[in-house]
Amino acid sequence: MSWEVVIGLEIHVQLNTTSKLFSGSKLSTGAEPNTQASLVDLGMPGTLPVVNREAVRKAALFGLAINADICRHSVFERKNYFYPDLPKGYQTTQLDKPVVGAGEVEIQLESGEKKIVRIHHAHLEEDAGKSLHEDFHGMTGIDLNRAGTPLIEVVTEPDMRNAEEAVAFARKLHAIVTSIGICDGDMSQGNMRFDVNVSIRRPGDALGTRTETKNLNSFRFMERAIKLEVERQIDVLEDGGEIVQETRLYNGDTHTARSMRSKEDANDYRYFPCPDLLPVEITEADLDALKASMPELPDTRKARFLADYQLSEYDADLLSGDLATAAFFEVAAKAGGDAKLAANWVMGELAAKLNAEEKTINDSPVSADQLGQLIARLKDGTISSKIAKQVFEACWAGEGDPDAVIEAKGLKQMSDSGELEKIVDDIIANNAPQVEDYRSSDDAKKKKKIGFFVGQAMKATQGKANPQQLNALLKEKLG
Amino acid sequence: MHTKTLTELKAGLAAGEFSSRELTEHFLGRIQQFDADINSFVTVTEQQALAQADAADAALAGGKGGLLTGLPIAHKDIFCTEGVRTSCGSKMLDTFIAPYTATVVEKMAAEGAVMLGKTNMDEFAMGSSNETSYYGPVKNPWDRERVPGGSSGGAAACLGARLAPAATGTDTGGSIRQPAALNGITGLKPTYGRVSRWGMIAFASSLDQAGPMGLSAADCALMLQAMAGHDHRDSTSLNEKVDDYLGALNDDIRGLTIGVPEEFFPDTLDGAIADNSREAIRELEKLGAKVVSVSLPSIKLSVPAYYVIAPAEASSNLSRFDGVRFGHRCDDPQDLEDLYKRSRSEGFGDEVKRRILVGTYALSAGYYDAYYRRAQQVRRLIRDDFARAFEKVDVLMGPTAPETAFKLGDKKDDPVSMYMADVFTIGVNLAGLPALSMPTGFIKGLPTGTQVIGNYFREGQILNVAHKYQQATDWHKQAPVLGGAK
Repeated sequence: MSWEVVIGLEIHVQLNTTSKLFSGSKLSTGAEPNTQASLVDLGMPGTLPVVNREAVRKAALFGLAINADICRHSVFERKNYFYPDLPKGYQTTQLDKPVVGAGEVEIQLESGEKKIVRIHHAHLEEDAGKSLHEDFHGMTGIDLNRAGTPLIEVVTEPDMRNAEEAVAFARKLHAIVTSIGICDGDMSQGNMRFDVNVSIRRPGDALGTRTETKNLNSFRFMERAIKLEVERQIDVLEDGGEIVQETRLYNGDTHTARSMRSKEDANDYRYFPCPDLLPVEITEADLDALKASMPELPDTRKARFLADYQLSEYDADLLSGDLATAAFFEVAAKAGGDAKLAANWVMGELAAKLNAEEKTINDSPVSADQLGQLIARLKDGTISSKIAKQVFEACWAGEGDPDAVIEAKGLKQMSDSGELEKIVDDIIANNAPQVEDYRSSDDAKKKKKIGFFVGQAMKATQGKANPQQLNALLKEKLG
Repeated sequence: MHTKTLTELKAGLAAGEFSSRELTEHFLGRIQQFDADINSFVTVTEQQALAQADAADAALAGGKGGLLTGLPIAHKDIFCTEGVRTSCGSKMLDTFIAPYTATVVEKMAAEGAVMLGKTNMDEFAMGSSNETSYYGPVKNPWDRERVPGGSSGGAAACLGARLAPAATGTDTGGSIRQPAALNGITGLKPTYGRVSRWGMIAFASSLDQAGPMGLSAADCALMLQAMAGHDHRDSTSLNEKVDDYLGALNDDIRGLTIGVPEEFFPDTLDGAIADNSREAIRELEKLGAKVVSVSLPSIKLSVPAYYVIAPAEASSNLSRFDGVRFGHRCDDPQDLEDLYKRSRSEGFGDEVKRRILVGTYALSAGYYDAYYRRAQQVRRLIRDDFARAFEKVDVLMGPTAPETAFKLGDKKDDPVSMYMADVFTIGVNLAGLPALSMPTGFIKGLPTGTQVIGNYFREGQILNVAHKYQQATDWHKQAPVLGGAK
């Protein structure tokens, strides 16, 4: 009998506010340890929190984006536990009255099938600092720059049935939070972190005991960690064992996981409403203003890409998912006058190059306008696709706009038939044996053998000959 | 000079009868002479005080004085003062030099006040006798074998002994009013949210409120005028305009209705205490006030509700004292758990530990509903009781404390009996109302006080009532004989 896998996710989304959730200090951007931690972040005696309204607005905007109920008087609570990088001895978070109530997110699977993942709620909370175990022999260093950074924790219902669905959901969530501009979405910087709850059961049975694998910071690790955990649970149950409710840690480098703590070691967090903060009020007017300011959501954008640019479902999906990519594509498509070409370049050459150099699209040395210009030159026949790659490389290296590069390097396609004809005549005159051989071949062989003459012509023109024109000319002259 | 009220000293400075430096040196001299015995100060900031006094004299000479320019003030050692040790009466913070200044201290300094030093207090403001201080108990200046009350016992005792003409205190369950009563001085706990809590080390955040302590209601009005106001750094400080407290002092109180809650005069109450407060109420009746009887049926639940809510909040507020970033750290910690356990075991005293344990228990899984949630429900009932009473009356009056100063050590090992010392004051904190204690006489040579409770933000009215009473009586002018030169 088969096993059914049940997956629920908790996702920490770091909000890209100007300042921290309660202290007014700037969000840390890789500064020296403890230089972006104020008195409040340090938990100094006598200090008090003040809620950052921008963070509340961003959380509520997320709620609206997933059609959730927004709590009009949400309440911050204290979650009490001791840890060295938790300066106050409690985390200020939300429990009973989170800003964002139940909502839903639609995902599309590779098969094209659509599925709804229900969101249980999303709450606002502050991040902890960091414990640094290297560099301090026998001791731990504490960096509180991150302490107090605003997060929303998004908690799903256990609606996903395999790793692919979980990843599809995670990608969709990434698309939503970056599209509405509440999160920078840089996974390598921990902007989004996933905790995965996994259990298995026989179809129709009640939910099995779950484990939680924490702090996965890439889609790939998430997928692999889920598959590993599912295999482990199946092995345990099929060997007659029992699943223990526990928190697990996944190591992406070794593709192994280990138990971090069991339920028995779990803290009693002694939640209670934070007496230093009043309930956070969100009015009807606030909500109206947020709705009016709602940026385009990924689903709307995809529909628009399908309609406006006649892209394939696959292309539209890939290009609309990430806000920066979508914006880049649109600029390039408009400047270049060819959406399909723009889509191919953004997902092909550009993506490969960014990947190879570990850059994000925001750091691309070739701007969307430059790519658009390149596409325009390709489309009007000024350059061939082969030369286009050369021009792209030059732009990447910072040698200027495509037009300037084409001009400077003389890469303009040779379309002057008189000049080309002279070159072809010279080649035919200078390669009598090859010409003889060609002429005595059958049609199938001729197709292959013409390559030699094309090569010679390209060499003579430094690749600038218009390929179609050259082919036609050669066929005509060679007979 | 030390027999004068703050209001009189302000006039003296303005008239050039003495300089702020002379005034400051006089009080510093008295502290040096008498405080070894009273123990009301933890830290005396002599150099800083003299520098501030000189600056004040210069300002006064230039006609640029503020509300408190040149007037010496003692701050409870719960307020952070940049560059000065802020101990909160605890070994935990014995070496803690605050890196910033509390709003209350800052506002008073901005009005020109001269800080004499930091006053002794029950550890983390937990206590009603000042016996839980790491720096030893404060002695009551009226009888050195008795307690000064708490937790603002150092503040009340230094005023009683005339070692300072004004002091700040904090009141979570009666910590301004009860010691004020036991030392024969006047103290006001403002409406919750009237005075900023920024920089005031938290005991129970939903109850803590800073307020003025002085020799008269007029002095308290002068100080509150400088202390009160919205602070954007404290989310619970209310954006309500600050009344003209000084201007309202002499308002007519004819026709004012005083409510006397029967629960403040239970059969079990010491007859002398009851008689004393009834006498004070009669005095105000003579001045034209009407007196009616009211009932606060839920007030009897205030002590148990308080001793769930306050320790619960404290257990969380005191978690930051973990030996990691500031405060006491044990020697040679073996690991993280050892660091936490020994730093906290060594740094906190018994009463603080008791309350952390009680609070942790009250919030723990399975007990939250039975204790914390229920206590919050009781809190609402108490607030509703007061609200109903204030539909009929302007102020409520009754004894501040059920007894006069008790002997040092008498209740130290009997926490429940100690907690009952705040039976009349705690309800006010749970409701968030303003209340004042003023001296209304003596019982066997020890001062006793009567409480005036007002509606939200009616500090002006409370001070007005107390001022009128003090115009007609002179209990607040009585000072103890300290021995030596008086």
